[in-house]
Amino acid sequence: MKLKINGQDRDIEDLDQKTPLLWALRDELGLVGTKYGCGVSQCGACTVLVNNVPVKSCTMPVGGLTDAEITTIEGLAGEGGELNPVQQAWVDLDVAQCGYCQSGQVMAAEGLLRSNPNPTDDEIDQALAANICRCGTYIRIRQAVKQAAGRMVAGE
Amino acid sequence: MSTLDYSDLSTVVDEVLAGQAEASRRNRTPQIVKLDRRQFLKATGAVGGGLMLGFATPVAFAKTAALQPNGYVRIDETGVVIYAKNPEIGQGVKTSLPMLVAEELDVAWHDVTVVQSPIDQVRYGMQFAGGSTAIPMNYEALRRAGATARAMLVQAAAKRWGLPADSLSTQDGVVRHANGTESATYLELASEAASMPVPSSASLKLKDPANFQILGKRVTGVDNEALMRGEPLFGIDQVVPGMKYAVYQKCPAIGGKVVAANLEEIKARPGVQDAFVLEGNGNAMDLLPGVAIIADSTWQAFEAKKALRVEWDEGEASEDSWSNAEQQADSLRNEPGTEIANTGDVEAAFAGSAKQVSGFYRYAFVSHGQLEPQNCTASFSDGKLELWAPTQMPGRGIASAAQIVGISPANVTLHQLRCGGGFGRRLYNDFLCEAAAIAKRAGVPIKLQWTREDDMAYDLYRAGGFHQMHGSVDDDGKISGWRDRFITFTHDGRRPVSGGGMSGGVFPGGLVENVRIEQTAIPWKNRCAAWRAPGSNVFAFVVGSFVHELAHAAGRDHLDVLLEVLGEPRQLGPRGMHTGRAAEVVKLAAEKADWGRALEQGRGLGVAFYYSHAGHIAEVADVSVNDNKQVKVNKVTVAADVGPIVNMSGAENQVQGSVIDGLSTLFNLSVTFEKGRVQQSNFDRYAMLRMPEAPPVDVHFVNSDYPPTGLGEPAFPPLAPAVCNAIFAACGQRVRTMPLTDAGYTLV
Ligand code: FES
Ligand code: FES
Repeated sequence: MKLKINGQDRDIEDLDQKTPLLWALRDELGLVGTKYGCGVSQCGACTVLVNNVPVKSCTMPVGGLTDAEITTIEGLAGEGGELNPVQQAWVDLDVAQCGYCQSGQVMAAEGLLRSNPNPTDDEIDQALAANICRCGTYIRIRQAVKQAAGRMVAGE
Repeated sequence: MSTLDYSDLSTVVDEVLAGQAEASRRNRTPQIVKLDRRQFLKATGAVGGGLMLGFATPVAFAKTAALQPNGYVRIDETGVVIYAKNPEIGQGVKTSLPMLVAEELDVAWHDVTVVQSPIDQVRYGMQFAGGSTAIPMNYEALRRAGATARAMLVQAAAKRWGLPADSLSTQDGVVRHANGTESATYLELASEAASMPVPSSASLKLKDPANFQILGKRVTGVDNEALMRGEPLFGIDQVVPGMKYAVYQKCPAIGGKVVAANLEEIKARPGVQDAFVLEGNGNAMDLLPGVAIIADSTWQAFEAKKALRVEWDEGEASEDSWSNAEQQADSLRNEPGTEIANTGDVEAAFAGSAKQVSGFYRYAFVSHGQLEPQNCTASFSDGKLELWAPTQMPGRGIASAAQIVGISPANVTLHQLRCGGGFGRRLYNDFLCEAAAIAKRAGVPIKLQWTREDDMAYDLYRAGGFHQMHGSVDDDGKISGWRDRFITFTHDGRRPVSGGGMSGGVFPGGLVENVRIEQTAIPWKNRCAAWRAPGSNVFAFVVGSFVHELAHAAGRDHLDVLLEVLGEPRQLGPRGMHTGRAAEVVKLAAEKADWGRALEQGRGLGVAFYYSHAGHIAEVADVSVNDNKQVKVNKVTVAADVGPIVNMSGAENQVQGSVIDGLSTLFNLSVTFEKGRVQQSNFDRYAMLRMPEAPPVDVHFVNSDYPPTGLGEPAFPPLAPAVCNAIFAACGQRVRTMPLTDAGYTLV
């Protein structure tokens, strides 16, 4: 079967259609930036974008995704490798502690900003409520989403 | 008692973790040895697999020699590398420890490449993540490591130019002559410097902190960008050639043994390569009995595990029951326990007091819940074992794994990897032992992956506990008597479980004249161990709340009573707190939170102080409580004295994270047991705090010049009592149960 991931068609041989996207990404395609945290849509560590909408890849079977545009953390940087505004805000504000949740947090934030470029504090909180950060970096995550939104609105 | 051995719980480890060991109190200098090129290549070359595994293997040495006077610095004409010695678990040491080296080396931070070091006790001393010890144990030694390299570069320049070394200065990786035009970069001087004699430690002059360029600044994490690109930094991300994926099913009640399993059916499943039983080695901290499944992918292994049917012999297995423990504690609290500490005469103090107060406090077991489930990649061939392990205690991991597979520790190579959270869980290497045993038996490299359900069912929990408190105040409203009847748990019937032992040093021991602490332990088989700020993380809740109960009974302001208890500025024994530093943070937190201001109905401030891991920390919580017991935390203000701050950005992040963790644990978290089995299996019933509930956390550091101490843990303990005291101030209800959801409260 074929999946369209980060703008590229990727072939996956003999994969059971029920395989969750998370494990197809990690074990079959070597895209390990997407993380396993709970496997039951509770933590958000596995968040990717499907047609620009954040989804939990741990419970999303690959079978239904053949026509979808899938974006993972590896697909956010620009052509020349430059970080996108969300990634850059995360680096600049030193959001991460252990960093394990952060790819999922960034994808949730990216999904939010693609549909709502200028979110309120409440909208940010609600959009990221599906993502656990065990290390408790929520305060900086909130700041980083705002900073990224500000830069995107300013056209930077 | 239990036939299982829990012997990993050595008292030495416990002490280090509880922040009580000598090691965490002073700067212990690991032996720094000079290495020749060959030795160093051998050591770092052990990082086989290189880039693919997320390690930047030092490139082979170019024609010219590199300057590398110790295990921390390597400079050649291509750049400056600083090695990070300890496991990174989110506490920031992969950034903060190299900063210490870079400061005295006098290089610009952006010119430094940080590389995770190999495990090598000779070169690096102890390498572990626990007890908030990295900064106190390494502060001096790592600065000296940087200063050593700098001195050799200066010597090389002096020789090249025929000038006295003391006429030369350094800055941002360049050596300059004071008045002349001579200057050279470290990269240019590296090969000449490599042949200079290594200066004696005594001859090194360390910088005056006033001249620090890097320390105390806000420095962002060295892996930040790699994290954003999804690079394979973590244990779970490792892939080695020919690797298969493994899962391991243990008995849901600790201590159960495998009688039979549907192995043939499992082996016939898609992608499954093998399935077999492991007996375990009798030590609950290493290898429990279970069934291993080897498959072509993680998902196939997980699916096979769901189809696995095992018949267990539970004859000696855990029958732990939380509800039974609660009932037992309810009767035990009326009987005296074993005396742990007794100063003055509490009974006389109670008899002569103006008022007496009693309260029965209880708190549940909790799980670590580090977000990256346990995993380890292992390869065993030709009598050699190679491990890719997200562990907090790599040295111990090597020793345990060697024993499991029956080889010498010298034949084990362990690559330390970034850990997706630790909180104490990864101090114990059971997952690593399992991976080693499975790899040996399977005959192929494997990545063992625990499911989240495994992680919750086979954690080493923070023990729950119960405290029957009784105290008194005298006619002046002063705390006169304090008795804590503590009911804890024991694995071996002799000593309390790790993190479950009290001492006379627990606050307000040494501060109140008449104090008595008693202890009773309930037998318990499920494993208990270190969890962020062991002991302190629960004792603070009890004692920090009870001081407030007494202050209230005396009709006095809590802040006044707290400062009165601390008394004159003095050091309480070599490992105890300094009451002057304590009072200062209490006053600072109160001032920043505007203590004493008028608040609307249903809103209150609460304060608490706790000393742990050599850190003096006070917190003030500002909360609002409505009639439905919904609690909104408006803000938490923290004042901390941990000596000079190494990385301001990391330090602030640790404190804010500790407060969030504190709130999560205070309000929501508990694991319960019945028939030996953990009742919660995933995050749906173990509800960690999420972003909408996260309050602003205002952090203030006292700029003291005491020796620097760690910050991974000490900001956690004061949170719970500060919030409970604030709830009392807001609505007059005293909550003595943790988590607060068990008392009907919710965090909104
Ligand atoms: S791993 Fe998918 S939500 Fe947790
Ligand atoms: S940074 Fe560790 S889980 Fe979020």
